[in-house]
Amino acid sequence: MKMTRRLTGRNRPIARLVLATILLTTMLQITRASSAQAAASVDEFKAAYAAAEAANTQAGALRNQWTVTVSTLADAKKAADTGNFDAAVALSKEAEALAKASIFQGTSEKDAWKAQEIR
Amino acid sequence: MKVRSAIPLVSVALALAVLALAAAPPASAADAIDPAADARAFQKFFTTKFPKLKLEDFVNGPYSLNEDMHRQWVEKEEFPPYEFSLDMGKEMFAQPFKNGKSYADCFPNGGIGIRQNYPYFDDKEGKVVTLELALNRCRQANGEAPFSYVKDEMAALTAYMAFTSRGKPFDIKIPNDPRALEAYETGKQYFYTRRGQLNFSCASCHVQNPGERIRAEILAPALGILNAMPIYRSEWGSMGTISRRFTTCNVQTRGVPLDPQSDEYRDLEYYLSYVSNGLPISGPGARP
Repeated sequence: MKMTRRLTGRNRPIARLVLATILLTTMLQITRASSAQAAASVDEFKAAYAAAEAANTQAGALRNQWTVTVSTLADAKKAADTGNFDAAVALSKEAEALAKASIFQGTSEKDAWKAQEIR
Repeated sequence: MKVRSAIPLVSVALALAVLALAAAPPASAADAIDPAADARAFQKFFTTKFPKLKLEDFVNGPYSLNEDMHRQWVEKEEFPPYEFSLDMGKEMFAQPFKNGKSYADCFPNGGIGIRQNYPYFDDKEGKVVTLELALNRCRQANGEAPFSYVKDEMAALTAYMAFTSRGKPFDIKIPNDPRALEAYETGKQYFYTRRGQLNFSCASCHVQNPGERIRAEILAPALGILNAMPIYRSEWGSMGTISRRFTTCNVQTRGVPLDPQSDEYRDLEYYLSYVSNGLPISGPGARP
């Protein structure tokens, strides 16, 4: 009770100062965290895009690229160019998944095609 | 004594082993490349699937499989949409190159009535040579720029050459050369291999589903599918070469097409033409 009275009474400016400090610190931490996240996204995009491109190159070596992989890679680059790294990373990961699926198809079909043959 | 009693046992074991080896077909025999057997099985599959069709009817693609479409086709043939291309091809074929030579100088029989022999296996190059490729090589050998494999000029030239071969049965040869057999097998593999995000092979549509609709189109049977090339497609609003047909098919399955006249496409044409041996050339054709 006393404590409450003290804070809400004579020491109110101190309480306000403490509260403002806490708020300011929190805001600064949020701002720092956001900046750090944006910077990480550029790097994350570069890594994700490189991985997707590498997988698509591997699909190319199997002569089995997909048009959707190519268009998703292009969309990822466009998103990165406009600074939307969250979308760019997501699209790069999607492109990588598509490329890996085409690699799986190209590899498994090396034998699986025989099942369709007219004999 | 012990050795004597073991002899019959060993003999029996050996005899059983020999019998087992004789009964099991060797792996190489099962995988042996036999184009003639393939062609027989291929033609039997389609004639069994469509018992009412004569063998030569297959070259008319979907028009043979649907009565309404067949009526449309008969009417269409009175003023065929490929006629302009055919006239253009005839003019182009007769037009000499800048050096005075012409297409006729590059082909046997002056290029007339030879479509049924393409593609062929060139033993010097060790690869399949298609008619489209031979036409561009002829141009380049005479100092002319090659034509696009998917555009009107190439379609016009091949339309005229096909027209001069109408009615002649496909007569594709596979020489007894391991490279030719390998090219044939690569073409067969390409035909049956699923590709693209839609996971379709050529066979998914043209073996497993001819006569069925895919969206508004009726799928053509693979047997005789190249005999009508090049074709005027209403969907395209223009003529299309075999190269255009192959690349477009790949794109439709959401696969990145190969370069026109890449080795795989040449081999695919070799395979598809060979298994249609005996069916008449009907090109140029028209398709919905």
